[in-house]
Amino acid sequence: MTLDASTPNGERMTLNMGPHHPATHGVLRIVVESDGEVVATCTPDHGYLHRSIEKIGECVEWPMFVPYTDRVDYVCAMNANLAYCVAAEKLLQTDPAATFTVPRRAECIRVLVAELNRISSHLVAVGAMAMDVGAYTPFLHGIAQREGVNDIFEKLCGQRLTYNYVTIGGVAFDLYDGAIDDIRRFLDQFEREMVRFNKLVTTNTIFRDRCAGVATVSAKEAVAWGLVGPNLRGSGVDFDVRRDEPYCVYGELGVQVPVGQAFAGRKGQVGDAYDRYVVRLLEIQESIRLCREVLKLLPPSAEKPNDPIGGIQADVGKLLKKPGKGEIHVRTEAPRGEMGYFLVSDGTKSLFRVRCRTGSFTAAGIFHHVMRGIFLADVVAVIGSFDVVVPEIDR
Amino acid sequence: MKALAFDAIATAVQARFPAVLVQKADNGQMALRVPKASIVDVAHFLRTDAQLAFDGLSDLTAFDTLKYPSTPPQDDICVVYVLFSYTHRHKVLLKVHAERAACDVPTVSGEWPAALYFEREVWDLFGVRFVGHPSLRRIMTPDDWEGHPLRKDYLYPATYNGVAHLRDGQHFEAAPPRSGGPL
Repeated sequence: MTLDASTPNGERMTLNMGPHHPATHGVLRIVVESDGEVVATCTPDHGYLHRSIEKIGECVEWPMFVPYTDRVDYVCAMNANLAYCVAAEKLLQTDPAATFTVPRRAECIRVLVAELNRISSHLVAVGAMAMDVGAYTPFLHGIAQREGVNDIFEKLCGQRLTYNYVTIGGVAFDLYDGAIDDIRRFLDQFEREMVRFNKLVTTNTIFRDRCAGVATVSAKEAVAWGLVGPNLRGSGVDFDVRRDEPYCVYGELGVQVPVGQAFAGRKGQVGDAYDRYVVRLLEIQESIRLCREVLKLLPPSAEKPNDPIGGIQADVGKLLKKPGKGEIHVRTEAPRGEMGYFLVSDGTKSLFRVRCRTGSFTAAGIFHHVMRGIFLADVVAVIGSFDVVVPEIDR
Repeated sequence: MKALAFDAIATAVQARFPAVLVQKADNGQMALRVPKASIVDVAHFLRTDAQLAFDGLSDLTAFDTLKYPSTPPQDDICVVYVLFSYTHRHKVLLKVHAERAACDVPTVSGEWPAALYFEREVWDLFGVRFVGHPSLRRIMTPDDWEGHPLRKDYLYPATYNGVAHLRDGQHFEAAPPRSGGPL
C-alpha cells in the first residue's frame, strides 16, 4: 500500500491485489486506485497464466489438441473438450466427402458429462463467491459435493480434473458398468444437499444483503460488453446456446433458461451480484433435471464396441488425415458462458488457426467498468460473482 | 424478433455500402469483406439498423493468411468480427484485411465496448494496431515482449531477459540453437 504523491494531500491510494491474492481464483493481478474506501480506477493485469494454447493448436494434429482444451478451463474440462470437438466435427462436416454422424449414445453421454461438469463447476463458483464475501463453510460444502462428480468421472475416464474424454467423433470410453446407478444415486443425494446449501447461503439474510445491489450490470450493458452465460442471464437477457443453437441432443431436452429478476427483493436490482449467484443455483437445478432426462434418452451400448479401447466413435480417422480446407465459427455453452471456436483448416493434419473465445475473458473486460465507484471490500465479491477462472482469460 | 439469413443481411449492407463484398470460404462459409476504411461506419450501421440490430460482438479475432494455400497467395492479416443480434438472433461474420507492413484498422470499441479487450489481444498476438483504441497495450505476453507470436512468420526468441527458452538438446527447426527461429 503506497500513498500516491502526485495527487494533492496524497488522497488517492494505490492498492495492488495479486498476482497471488487468494481471492482472485488463479493468478490475476488487479491494481486498484482508491479514494478512501471507494474505488476510483481498477486496472486488471493479465497474462500470468498465458500458455499460448492457440499457438500450440497450430502445431499439433487435430485430435492432439483435445488435451490442451482441458487446460483452457480446468474447472469444466468436459465442456471445454466438447466445445472444441463439436466445432471440429462441424468443420469436418462442411466437407462434401464427410458422411459420418456421431453415434447417438455418444451424443447422450456427452450431454450427461457436460451437465455433471456444469454442476461441479457452478458449485465451485457459488462456493468461492460465498468465501469471497466472508462465508468460508459453503465452499467446503460445495467442494464436498463436487467430489461426487469427480469420483464418477474418475471411474469413467481415469482423471479427476483434466479428462480428455470427449473426442472428435465421439467419446473415449463407454459408460462403465453401474455408471447409471452411480449417477442416479449422486443426483438424488445431491438434490437433498442443495436444500441444505440454500438454507445455509441463498436464503441467508446476511449473504443476500451483502450481495444485493452490488456491481449491477444492466441488460444493455451486459450485451454491449460481451458478457455471456450466467453473467448475461443474471442481467435478465434470455439467451442460452443450448436452447437457441442446440448441439448434441440438447434440442430434444427442452432446456429451461433461468434469468435474473432482482431475486434479492427490494434491496436488489436486476443484474446485481445476487442475481448472478441465484442464476447459477437455478442452472444447477436445471442440470440435475437434464441429467435425468438424458438418461431416459440413452440408447443401449452396441454389442461390439467399434473402437479398440472401448470408446464410441464415428469413423473420422481418414478425414482427419486429409481434411478439407475452410473455416467455421461454432459456439457451445460452457458453465462460464459461450465458448466459441473459430477454426481455420488449410487441408493439412494440423489446424491453420485455432481461436478459443471464453466467457471469463469478456467478464474480466468489464471489471474496470463496474468497479468504478464501488467499495474496496466489494472488489473480491465482484470477482467472485462474475466467476472468472483465470486460465480461461489467459489461455 | 425476426432472424435474417445471410443473403438478406448482405443485401441490406451492400445497399448502403456497395464496397462491401460477399466472401465465401473454401468450405462455403459466408462472410462480408469490409474495406478497412469503412469498418466503423459499417459496424455502426449493423448495430443501429432496426432490421439488423447487431447489439452483441460475439468474438473479434484474426488469422494470418500467409502460408494459407490460396490462389493467388496472400499475406494479409485477416481480422474477423463475429456479430450476433440478441434482438433478432442472427449472426454474421465480417472480415477486414490489413496489410502486413502497415497493419492498422480503426477500432470498433466505440460501437461495442467488448472490443476493448478483444482488440488488445489481437494487437498483442497479431500486431494489428487498432487506431483510436484508448489503451492498446499487450494483454497476454509481457509488456516488453518483442514480436507478435501468432503471425506465421514469427521467430521464436532464443532468450527472454537472459533466460534461455530451450532446454539442452532442444533445437529450432531451421536456425542454429541460440539464435531463435521457427520452431
